Amino acid sequence: MAATLDMTRYRGRQVQSRIALGLACAATSVGLFVLGTILLTLLWNGLSALHPTILTQMTPAPGSKGGLLNAIAGTIAMTTVGVALGTPVGILAGTWIAEYSRGSVLAQMVQFVNDILLSAPSIIVGLFVYELMVVPMGHFSAWAGSVALAILVVPVVLRTTVDMLGLVPSALREAAAALGTPKWRTVTMVCYRAAMQGMLTGIMLAVARVSGETAPLLFTALNNQFWSTNMNAPMANLPVVIFQFALSPYEDWQHLAWGGAILITFTILTLNILARFLATLSSLKQ
Amino acid sequence: MTVTDSATISAASSARKTALTLRGPQKLFDLLFGGSTIFFAALVLLILGGVVFSLVSGSRLAFSTFGTDFIFSQFWNPVTSKFGARAPIYGTLMTSFIAMLFGVPISFGIAVFLTEVCPPVLKRPLSVAIELLAGIPSIIYGIWGLFFLAPFMQSYVEPYLTSTLGAVPGLGILFSGPPLGIGILTAGIILAIMIIPFISSIMREVFETVPVMLKESAYGIGCTTWEVMWNIVLPYTRVGVIGGVMLGLGRAMGETMAVTFVIGNSHRIASSLLAPGQTISSTLANEFTEATEDLYTSSLIALGLILFVITFIVLSFAKVMLIRANRQAGN
Repeated sequence: MAATLDMTRYRGRQVQSRIALGLACAATSVGLFVLGTILLTLLWNGLSALHPTILTQMTPAPGSKGGLLNAIAGTIAMTTVGVALGTPVGILAGTWIAEYSRGSVLAQMVQFVNDILLSAPSIIVGLFVYELMVVPMGHFSAWAGSVALAILVVPVVLRTTVDMLGLVPSALREAAAALGTPKWRTVTMVCYRAAMQGMLTGIMLAVARVSGETAPLLFTALNNQFWSTNMNAPMANLPVVIFQFALSPYEDWQHLAWGGAILITFTILTLNILARFLATLSSLKQ
Repeated sequence: MTVTDSATISAASSARKTALTLRGPQKLFDLLFGGSTIFFAALVLLILGGVVFSLVSGSRLAFSTFGTDFIFSQFWNPVTSKFGARAPIYGTLMTSFIAMLFGVPISFGIAVFLTEVCPPVLKRPLSVAIELLAGIPSIIYGIWGLFFLAPFMQSYVEPYLTSTLGAVPGLGILFSGPPLGIGILTAGIILAIMIIPFISSIMREVFETVPVMLKESAYGIGCTTWEVMWNIVLPYTRVGVIGGVMLGLGRAMGETMAVTFVIGNSHRIASSLLAPGQTISSTLANEFTEATEDLYTSSLIALGLILFVITFIVLSFAKVMLIRANRQAGN
């Protein structure tokens, strides 16, 4: 009698477990379904908008034909400058934490602050750069946009640099020290070389992160309907153009917004996959 | 481990320095390189300091004009220069709450699926897919929300909610009003979708830190898979899970573009979740470049300061939790 009672209780627990795991499966399917829908909608609307003219013509006035050339060029320009400004800062600061700080309180503080900056709302960075550059200069500019992006690059690069230098075996440093190598040469010629792939991964992740950022550019680089190579003036950029065009009532603008969206998404996915691939390669070597 | 290693190395190198000091250009380069690394490390702190300083100084005018009324007043009228942050603060908190309500259980489900149920062949591709989705920029979620989710909510979900939950006394007030498609609820759902990849990948990571021995002992005394998850894995990884959830919350509160597309931009606090609203970040995105008056700009920066303070607290808490979880996993 007691044995049968226990069996019913056990069955009950098994049923409970099955239900819970079934719900977990359902949650996964819901999540994947939604995320799949996003990609499918993007492909559906975006592919029809992808036309060679998107790469050869400027953003149009409503009602006329055009492309996204100036916006793409602007995004490339500002991302390049932003990454060029932010990467050295991130790498050197990360180097200090990994190689010089000896785990001091200051190093822990820098890492803590860095992790906060990593997830802090990017629109706040936009406000900061607005106060820092746009107000004193008196106008919006691509420089301000680049600096805003650079501030977003720093935490990503710093984090990966610290992680990757941490993986460099100490024996390498000791061997260099035994040869009488000055510390700066040990770091640049030995540690950087050993951690190269990982650090490159970090830079690629940073590029992927900032090339889709919209909020920090809204009130730094603003937007520009025309071709401009002047970094000291407002500059068109893909995310802000997508934002503006998607919310407009004009159908051809919305169409272009989808085209821009698919361009940006696939660039970023490619960068992320490449970065992952590099990271796997470097972990295989170790 | 690496810290102690590098400490021994630097101890060794300082011992070496007493015997053999560098001379000439090498000494200069050493100083320059070491100096520049600490300079840039300090720059990171300076950036945060600069953010705080610029927000505080930029918002001074708004706070000196309205005082604490700024936080509690509901009026937002650029024409009469009356500004109050209650509606955006409410919108930020409410959309994040909805995002957590949907996002956390689903993320937990995904993490449980990936660690316990998923066949090993699918494990890696699925985790990679979810992590890749975390990298998609928010503007993509926004444009999807505007052209796909909002019409879907308008024609299917919201009428259904109004006709079922809307009839329940008390609760009904949350689901009243015309189905517009855009509004607090839609924004919350978009945010939930956006934070699912973040939270679920952190949860999966911390779940994997649970010692196999612990789980096997539980299975050995006859626990079901769910009981192992709920009574062993979850308590063991509690700190990391809370950290991950808080990190997701911080993201949700600061998220700008996706929300701006679907929130509807209304400065009125409506009782219904289906009504349009406003979050702090969407107010900034929509109005900042239009603000011409000093007081208007200052009020917007004050909103930014409030957002910064809230997210800073949430993210710090998340970070402290995750550091603790990391230490636990290390031991």
